[in-house]
Amino acid sequence: MRVTLTPVQEFLAERLGDGALEAHAFRGDATVVVARERVVEVLQAVRDEPWRFEVLLDLTAWDRYPAEPRFEVVYHLLSLPRGERLRIKTRVPGEDPVLPSAVPVFAGANWFEREVWDLFGIRFQGHPNLVRILMPDDWEGHPLRRDYPLTEEPVEFRGHVPKVPSQIIPHAPPRRDP
Amino acid sequence: MEQSQGPRQMESLQDRGRDLAGGLARETLTINMGPQHPATHGVLRLVLELEGEVIVSCQPVIGYLHTGIEKEMEYRTYHQNIALVDRIEYLSSYHEELAYCMAVEKLLGVEVPKRAQYIRVILCELNRIASHLVWLGTTGIDLNVSSLLMYCFRDRERILEMSEMVSGQRMMPGYFRIGGVAADLPDEFFPAVRQFLEEFPRRLDEYEAMLTDNLVWRRRHEGIAVLSREDALRYGVTGPTLRGSGVAYDVRKAFPYSSYEDFEFDVPTGENGDAFDRYRVRMEEMRQARRIVLQALDRLPDGPVLVEDRKVALPPRGELVRSMEAVIHHFKLVSEGIHPPKGEVYAAVESPRGEKGYYIVSDGSNRPVRVRVRAPSFSNLQALPAMVRGGMLADVVVAIASIDIVLGDVDR
Amino acid sequence: MAEGSVPVATVTGEDLSGLERNVLTTTVERMLAWARSSSVWPVQFGLACCAIEMIATTTSKFDIARFGMEAFRASPRQSDLMIVAGRVSQKMAPVLRHIYDQMLEPKWVLSMGDCASCGGVYNNYALVQGVDKIVPVDVYVAGCPPRPEALLYGLMKLQEKIRERARAGGGR
Repeated sequence: MRVTLTPVQEFLAERLGDGALEAHAFRGDATVVVARERVVEVLQAVRDEPWRFEVLLDLTAWDRYPAEPRFEVVYHLLSLPRGERLRIKTRVPGEDPVLPSAVPVFAGANWFEREVWDLFGIRFQGHPNLVRILMPDDWEGHPLRRDYPLTEEPVEFRGHVPKVPSQIIPHAPPRRDP
Repeated sequence: MEQSQGPRQMESLQDRGRDLAGGLARETLTINMGPQHPATHGVLRLVLELEGEVIVSCQPVIGYLHTGIEKEMEYRTYHQNIALVDRIEYLSSYHEELAYCMAVEKLLGVEVPKRAQYIRVILCELNRIASHLVWLGTTGIDLNVSSLLMYCFRDRERILEMSEMVSGQRMMPGYFRIGGVAADLPDEFFPAVRQFLEEFPRRLDEYEAMLTDNLVWRRRHEGIAVLSREDALRYGVTGPTLRGSGVAYDVRKAFPYSSYEDFEFDVPTGENGDAFDRYRVRMEEMRQARRIVLQALDRLPDGPVLVEDRKVALPPRGELVRSMEAVIHHFKLVSEGIHPPKGEVYAAVESPRGEKGYYIVSDGSNRPVRVRVRAPSFSNLQALPAMVRGGMLADVVVAIASIDIVLGDVDR
Repeated sequence: MAEGSVPVATVTGEDLSGLERNVLTTTVERMLAWARSSSVWPVQFGLACCAIEMIATTTSKFDIARFGMEAFRASPRQSDLMIVAGRVSQKMAPVLRHIYDQMLEPKWVLSMGDCASCGGVYNNYALVQGVDKIVPVDVYVAGCPPRPEALLYGLMKLQEKIRERARAGGGR
């Protein structure tokens, strides 16, 4: 079933060629998924006329561990003249978490990419100063990865088996449809 | 009236200095400001390079308030996270809760009842006034207008009393729920709000009379910490900081949410992008917020305040006595939580600092896989070096105050 | 002799009986404690949300100046009390200890709010679970954030503590 694409999604699908792009609009959010080598090209293309997605609202990532490719890097863009938002995603494998930096296209990507490096360990090639931004400079590990523990202190009081707060309401996996 | 000396005039003084020094090389002085500092509005550290009094470069060092909230939220159910999100942008907790609840509601595909939407608008706009009053008071005390702090917090106390009537807490209310609000507004809320809003314009007039034409206030704000339109868009700046530079982007108008399209209000913008324009924008925003609250109070519809879907929101207590199904739903919601469908959403509100967005990824289980908080103060702070370069050290204080950052938002 | 003044002999009486009514005797510790407790100067150490309630305590509705504590000094060298108002992250912990070390004796620490007392709502990699892991705390004020009245009660307890120590003959 062919899903209806927004104009900018169609433009990108044409520009990148067949099969190079997945697009959807879950709950109305226009999203495209591209390969990591083409991300900067896509960002530049939508930033220019006539789309003018000039504002980089957010650049973040999330960890799909243990699924591969492990990380998904997400860019949220805003076009003021068109009044539209766009989400651009790319997937990065766990053994080789590198992709080109978006700083040449959006100056505001600087701190966002530092944060993604700090919390996920994803390197951005071409970033002017890729150092930790939120954690202390000598911190080891990348906290927001899913295999990094939350590092909770058990809550102890007399007559009670020490439990960590996140286990008090346990994780319930997705339910099968009734 | 002589204009305050802007960056251009400072450069010519530097040239003169260079000539007088006979072209000798000079070193810059590196100064550390913070993280414990009275004027950084929190635990922000700035490494400033100065040549005399003129700033050559400014590097903010953040992370002193990093709380790991985003990771913490991955280990709690969707409902439990409402208590955590309150504390991110702690001056505008209602907006924070609204953004989070809107994102989860978007993910679930539930429609919030109209009365709950209006209640959310009322509380968010009152919160906007309260947050701007904190901005004004702390800016005042940074610039040594200490009585301004007392006046602004006096008005803010009125709003905190109203918040206490509604949710039981002055700050960190925990009042919004996924699908509406926790309980209806109490009867004593309405006369209190109307009384406050009737007196408020006179207070604002007092503050403006004290500040807007004040020589010292203008000299310290006009032409200071200028952020050009291009720089603002490049760094992803939003909110009054962006509107002060002339870009009329307000999430309430561009992507209306929670019935904002029903209300008439203006979005003030500035022209020069200096601290004075941002001051004017925020003062006018307080008046517009008052306008919105009055409209919402007048047209508040009747109806439920929480969505009736028992898979999303708790049933009312009375029903638990009568219906076994309600008990089971209650048990399931409290012990396990809701199960949104697999997918991802982004929802944003206009907080007093800019666009506060939530990007939530769900895998169908009772805990979110990723909750990303798009913090307006993070992007706004990135523009700080561009604003203070070429200015004087004393203007850094004005610049930080005029961006109105909340460090909890920057560091999360 | 000026109009209205009374010579000492008439005040105390020939048999020095008026001494009871007009002269106070105390120990040096208690006098110092009275002075110290009546003008505790906090250092500005507002970290997060509790700092906003701390600022609200200094404003006119709650008025910390009645207790002599309105002078929040920017420099730790000039202050007696550190009100740790807010959550202490891993990056901030050494700074907190540094500021505490720079304060001069006698000094006290009031841990304001749940995050400073015990880690609060958060229990993760980024926060120190209670500031008493780094500095010795004299008074804990619970709440998230504690109301200004709660902070004032905590400060009053601190004042009592300062005076009690002296009454019991302790050091500080």
